[in-house]
Amino acid sequence: MKYIDEFRSKELVLELARQIKKISKKEIRLMEVCGGHTMSIQKFGIPSLLPNNIKLVSGPGCPVCVSDRKYIDQAIAYSRLSDVIITTYGDLIRVPGSTSSLDVEKANGADVRIVYSVLDALKIAKENSDKKIIFLGIGFETTAPSSAVGIINAHAQGIKNFFLFSSHKIMPPAMGALIDEGVKIDGYIAPGHVSTITGSGIYKDIPEKYNLGVVISGFEPVDLLRSIFMLVKQIESEDHNVEIEYSRVVRAEGNKKAQKMLDEVFELRDDWWRGLGVLPASGMKIRDKYKAYDAEIMIPVEVEKTKEEKGCICGEILKGLKNPKDCKLFGKACNPNDPVGACMVSHEGACNAYYRFNR
Amino acid sequence: MKQKQVLLGHGSGGQLSHDLISKIFVKHFDNPILRKQTDSALLEINATNISYTTDSYVVDPIFFPGGNIGKIAIAGTVNDLAVSGAKPLYISVGFIIEEGFSLERLEEIVKTMAEEAKKANVLIVTGDTKVVDKGKADKVFINTSGIGILDAENLHISTGKKVNIGDKIIINGSIGDHGMTIMSARNDLNIQANIQSDCACLNHLIKDIIDSGANVKFMRDATRGGVATVLTELVDKRNYGLEIKEENLVVKESVRGMCELLGFDPLYVANEGKVLMVVAEKDAQKVLDIMYSNELGKEAAIIGEIVDEHHGKGWIETGIGGKRIIDMLAGEQLPRIC
Repeated sequence: MKYIDEFRSKELVLELARQIKKISKKEIRLMEVCGGHTMSIQKFGIPSLLPNNIKLVSGPGCPVCVSDRKYIDQAIAYSRLSDVIITTYGDLIRVPGSTSSLDVEKANGADVRIVYSVLDALKIAKENSDKKIIFLGIGFETTAPSSAVGIINAHAQGIKNFFLFSSHKIMPPAMGALIDEGVKIDGYIAPGHVSTITGSGIYKDIPEKYNLGVVISGFEPVDLLRSIFMLVKQIESEDHNVEIEYSRVVRAEGNKKAQKMLDEVFELRDDWWRGLGVLPASGMKIRDKYKAYDAEIMIPVEVEKTKEEKGCICGEILKGLKNPKDCKLFGKACNPNDPVGACMVSHEGACNAYYRFNR
Repeated sequence: MKQKQVLLGHGSGGQLSHDLISKIFVKHFDNPILRKQTDSALLEINATNISYTTDSYVVDPIFFPGGNIGKIAIAGTVNDLAVSGAKPLYISVGFIIEEGFSLERLEEIVKTMAEEAKKANVLIVTGDTKVVDKGKADKVFINTSGIGILDAENLHISTGKKVNIGDKIIINGSIGDHGMTIMSARNDLNIQANIQSDCACLNHLIKDIIDSGANVKFMRDATRGGVATVLTELVDKRNYGLEIKEENLVVKESVRGMCELLGFDPLYVANEGKVLMVVAEKDAQKVLDIMYSNELGKEAAIIGEIVDEHHGKGWIETGIGGKRIIDMLAGEQLPRIC
């Protein structure tokens, strides 16, 4: 596969690992913020190639994992309405709510459909004019633009039965909050696809305010090793800044068109993150102008009281304070077949990745 | 008027059933045992060890590049017997058909089953047909059972109790073809990929290997759950582990591409014509050579070995030289794959 195999070259990876070993002196903890990175790191066995003084910790960049359980409960309540079709990306349907999950509701007869794109949801809306189609908008700056496209297209095409239930969030507030909370991190491996949209500017506070390096990384082994190398170099020379490793995709200014769409449809609001609590201006709310497409406003529904699971340390894992293996439930009461916390459900969740590749 | 669709009456036991049986099933499956149309098949078997299996087939779509539901039904049943070290002999087939299903399509499926059974040298000796109201089943489901005979000296193969440290792990070709074919054949994804299912009866290939005297310690077909699941089962609770190398796995370019796009790991994707064998080290080359000489083993490879480390667990050396464990598939990866 062109543009992928080149970045999975064993020779290059091993050479990079040698270079890292050569220049790395300090004991350091690097956080891979993005769930896609966690997944790739575990799947390719990257920790086994690094010297012992470099530890990788997983961060809060798995959208399913950081979502509020209340969001899932509300999606479940929507799914129980007889005139609603829920459309969602796959991971979400297995996330446990307080007393149910979307896949249980589906088995009980709710109309819950997995889609690969918001455009599929629009198509379902057109084909089912007597139903309300709710798209579960989850994810960071990466998936939010496509939700925006959903609303913009629905508006342009006069589709009146399409609604977005937004849990979209932006990345930088969480990265800042972790350091404010005193989590020990020596550098960030930052999510490549977020910056594809936003550019690299969103992280400029991190070196300036917190004196930490940020390298925006791709998802293949060569990318990750190269990013680690760049971070180690910054740390050893104590010269911290924002660098782009994933330069074949990411531009410093990002994707202007997508940014414009985001700004057209969404405004920032305070939002709740699992493990981090409420972070100011960290969530994306649909602007008033498009409130006719906002499920929260247009489809009132009674939601059961949210109950958090006892013993689950997802929150601390998302902050990089603990490792999935530190959790008493890990691999026992909590496993991918019967997950307790969202981190075990999503393929990008730290617990899921550890369960599958590093038990 | 010539009937074009299956009607509820085709499952009633009356004239329509009788016609369906004689004009489609007996016509294609024909053999002396079936021809008698007794209530149960009367079989003469001279053996002490019998291998007996059952399986149901609900694959969606029912026709796909490289086969159809009927071909999988026969191959799947034959393979379940053959990988236990048995010689497959007799098969039963039960059809559950949705009212309104095309008789022409049904005959096409039945014809494929007859051809496949002939190739595998097994007889379809008994069967059953039920028809359910439209919407109560999806087109056609097939249930089978199979009987084979087993030499006492091959009894260890299905449990793997003779597996030893140093044994080699061999597979007869590329992985993930069937699962990705089914995914691309489903319209909702809109993917066009140049792949076809590897669905095939493996009993002749397996027989050649066993007849050669090669010391085969374990065999299993890597169907649902893929190669990773078989590997996990192989070492589970044993006092040995295993290691495979990703670079030794054959994965077709189109399969890799689809897996990449959809986020699947080929190690977990279903196959319908792949057998994973554990063979004594000294016989590994011999087994490979026999596989190479068979159409179904041209891309055979030694993918790893049994080791005296991390007992009970399988490890993979990834393409970049990293190491990680191999675990069983959690949850449903692809519904209705076979």
